[in-house]
Amino acid sequence: MKPRAHPAAARRRWLKGAAALAMARSLPGFAAPEMPDIPLLTQLLAGRVPRWERLRLDLPALADNGLAVPLKLALPGPFAPGPSVQAIHLFSEKNPVPEMAVFEFPAPLERIEIDTRVRLAGSQKVVAVAVMSDQTLYAAAGDVIVTIAACLDGS
Amino acid sequence: MADSRVSVPKEARRGEPFEVRISIRHPMETGYRTDESGNHVPRNVIRRFACRYNGAPVLAVRVSSGIAANPYFRFFVTARESGALEFEWVDDAGVRGEARADVAVV
Amino acid sequence: MSRPVAALALAAALASPVATAQERSLPLDVLRSGLAFSGGDVRAMQADDFANPGFLWVERGARLWAEAASGRSCASCHAAAAASMRGVAARYPAFDRASGAVVDLEARINDCRVRHQGVPALARESDDLLALTAYVATQSRGVPLAVDVDGPARASFERGRALYYVRHGQMNLSCAQCHELNWGKRLYAETLSQGQGNAYPAYRLEWQSLGSLQRRIRACFYGIRAEMPRPGAAELTDLELFLAWRAQGLPVEAPGVRR
Repeated sequence: MKPRAHPAAARRRWLKGAAALAMARSLPGFAAPEMPDIPLLTQLLAGRVPRWERLRLDLPALADNGLAVPLKLALPGPFAPGPSVQAIHLFSEKNPVPEMAVFEFPAPLERIEIDTRVRLAGSQKVVAVAVMSDQTLYAAAGDVIVTIAACLDGS
Repeated sequence: MADSRVSVPKEARRGEPFEVRISIRHPMETGYRTDESGNHVPRNVIRRFACRYNGAPVLAVRVSSGIAANPYFRFFVTARESGALEFEWVDDAGVRGEARADVAVV
Repeated sequence: MSRPVAALALAAALASPVATAQERSLPLDVLRSGLAFSGGDVRAMQADDFANPGFLWVERGARLWAEAASGRSCASCHAAAAASMRGVAARYPAFDRASGAVVDLEARINDCRVRHQGVPALARESDDLLALTAYVATQSRGVPLAVDVDGPARASFERGRALYYVRHGQMNLSCAQCHELNWGKRLYAETLSQGQGNAYPAYRLEWQSLGSLQRRIRACFYGIRAEMPRPGAAELTDLELFLAWRAQGLPVEAPGVRR
């Protein structure tokens, strides 16, 4: 590999900065991110303030392709005794369909960890909200940079 | 019937979570594309996916076009009794798909 | 490159000593699969056979292998593919005596269907042909590419090589300008690869599907604003042969994952 020195190095520094910011967000005590203005999300919150802890949302800082971005949701237990997870909602800030998926748990599960692949229409914030059986809310967010392909593909 | 692949361990320890993975062949057509002739390709995505363990629902997903084509899900189910994991899904065109895997609980 | 210089370079390439299977376009230690230029998520998807969506087609191919619509299935003659097909994809494209031409793996599978199974050929990029090709190709996973460009395959190889170095399209670019002279450099947010085809058929995230090497080559033509050769066109097979020669030594990765 023979990358050109300056532009590639500058991009790596910038990406490291973005990654560091993403990591800082997951540390306790960090100021809660601003909730993006998504009507379905506002409706779900119904005036409640979620806790920006416990729920983990993993996304790459830079997507290889916006058509298939790996995503992980995890909410560590223990759950029994205490409230169990009813559902985890996944919202997109920029997609044409803002509510990407809702994972519903009809029976309490011991290990809440979901992996899937999502589509992201451009660089944006993704927000996950976990609703507990006692109506407590946990939230997590991630920022993903999505670039367009270098060459158009009409095949 | 859509092609699909399921991965579960052959054996799971009672009371402990085991990994379940499923991969489904489905274009998850968003409805925002046009084909080579310029015709609009109608939306057709899987809109609901469910997993039952020995008949009891353990996971249900309301799916949208925001889930990537050829959907992939990985999750964990707590092992209780030996039996079957059954998966079902339905898309906007009403086409249903199903899959199943057996698991032995020791 | 100015036109006189390009013409000289082309003449030099064509006049170079006979390129046999042993000679190389790039030294072996410099050869890189597209994985080396892929992001972490693409690499992770290819490394995990379950997460790799290409295996949806491989499994379909395994079912088709054993199916006989009427008369013979692939298995009737070839028994277990893991044994009979090992090493096959690494030798393709290859000269086929019965058709008197160099054919790629997709065409060879179709020839078998028509000649020996008495069933119609499958359309290029159809799920069934992709499935059978992926199933056969993956039996050679890990086997280094080693195509024969001597003898009856020679003419096709020379045509493929000439095409590789000629400028095409509105952007007036040749394959070599990106993939031989500028691989490793940035083009927008992507890093140019060496354009090796050893991972095909591959699940390309952009296609949201598995696709053939011919489709990938057609996509490149589109990218430089050139008219795409139609699927199955002879020049695509010529290029596939040249690419396989160029990639000799790289292992078959099918089904690969690419962005």
